[in-house]
Amino acid sequence: MGGNKDLIRKTARLARLHLTEEEIEKYSEELVEVLEAFSKLQELGTSGVERSLHPYKISAKLREDVPGKPSGRDALKLTKHKKDGYYKSSKLQ
Amino acid sequence: MKKTKETEEYFSVFIDGKPESKGKLKGLTFSFKDNICVKGIETKASSKILEGYKPLFDATAVERIRGEGGQIIGKTIQDEFGFGSFCTNTGIGIKPPKNPVDKERVTGGSSGGSAAAVKVLDNHVSIAESTGGSIANPAAFCGVIGLTPTYGLVSRHGLLDYANSLDKIGVISRNIKDAARTLSVIAGSDGKDMTCTAEKKDYEGYLGESVKGMTIGIPKEYVRGLDPEVEKGFLVTRKILEKKGVRFKDVSLRKNAEYSIPTYYVIAMCEASTNLAKYSGLRYGYTEEIENEHYDNFYSRVRGSAFGEEAKRRILLGTFARMTGYRDAYYDKALKARTILINEYKEAFKDCDAIMHPTMPILPPTFEDAKKLTPLQNYMLDLLTVGANLAGLPHISVPAKNTKLPVGVMFTADHFDEEKLIILGESLE
Repeated sequence: MGGNKDLIRKTARLARLHLTEEEIEKYSEELVEVLEAFSKLQELGTSGVERSLHPYKISAKLREDVPGKPSGRDALKLTKHKKDGYYKSSKLQ
Repeated sequence: MKKTKETEEYFSVFIDGKPESKGKLKGLTFSFKDNICVKGIETKASSKILEGYKPLFDATAVERIRGEGGQIIGKTIQDEFGFGSFCTNTGIGIKPPKNPVDKERVTGGSSGGSAAAVKVLDNHVSIAESTGGSIANPAAFCGVIGLTPTYGLVSRHGLLDYANSLDKIGVISRNIKDAARTLSVIAGSDGKDMTCTAEKKDYEGYLGESVKGMTIGIPKEYVRGLDPEVEKGFLVTRKILEKKGVRFKDVSLRKNAEYSIPTYYVIAMCEASTNLAKYSGLRYGYTEEIENEHYDNFYSRVRGSAFGEEAKRRILLGTFARMTGYRDAYYDKALKARTILINEYKEAFKDCDAIMHPTMPILPPTFEDAKKLTPLQNYMLDLLTVGANLAGLPHISVPAKNTKLPVGVMFTADHFDEEKLIILGESLE
């Protein structure tokens, strides 16, 4: 179980998700059960089969390139983390 | 329309409003599932992480409803970001709605608030969303109609994404006429969603057409192990259609029966974990004070305190399935399996107009019974709805007659054949 807990810790770190020790314990047990069930997929032969990123082939249609009003400055209304018209984040280092 | 105890239970935001007298949607009020952006109205996909978020724009579906005289009366409660089958995985601090037919039981999910609102409010339609069955499932459990269109028929612009390659905006209503006229308004290409390129049909124009001569396929793998009451509802429905001249034949969805659950959940969780990466507590929604700390620490802390239990589970599983060393075995494998499963449906449609089976294999469970299920047992209950959703196929859940608790019968048609679902649904009213 220790290995699973480490895997959960690593995954949570990659996902930028703080978990308590109780959560790590719970999710590490469940992960085994769910992944074992999902491993059933390995039975299915897929050699030479294309991947389906969408349900059917979509030819993406782009709209006309017409300049519009950017919403950037309005979007700042939605946060208190701002200064001089910019977002104010925590430090990078 | 007045605020009542019931509207409080099913709506996260309720706005007083009367139906308008002009437009194609005159006389109807509308609610939107809480993951669809309505300008200036709190939109949070029933998650604490988006608490207080008031979008600066309307989703395309909202804009089109407003444009045709649809009166918007609020946002409905759902499983957080759509992560659930019972509407019991609502976010932190949000109460799960109770089934209006029996308050001891769940509404189904994830669009539980939408289905319950339609059940209790007259002349009301709810715009919901399905990733793996979130329209059909609650419609079945609450005894109303749930129409999920083909992937890409209705614009996803303004939808808070769960899984981009699976999400579909659709309609929950009390009758087929309202579903058809609402779909006629919200469907059709939109320059703001590059996957929404299809032209719509005149769905209302198919009302009144006969089902005589239609062929329905029944996948034997999908009518096994049913609750006896569900089986009864299904057989009663089959008999009604037979009397109206519908022919039935056996079809096989063997591979879907075996592999659609892992295929669906791997793809849905991978896409969900990337979509949820943008909720960081910095630009909108729930936030905390920024201490003298690295940004990783701030984001992780905010996300850890505001995402609910199932959201965290899906972020973890989705992130894991995309990690180096596991990606080929899970994510890539599931994308290839999806091709095989879509082809199986396409093969079945060579011999029939639509496929029919119950929407859910069980009756709506009590809250107590739902709580006893492990996450995996929970996922397995979606067996009958995930195949059509993976393949982006249009499907409709219609209430069966003469059952003690609501039972839904689901019809699935080929891509962009929504009119067949409308004709079949109307013949059962």
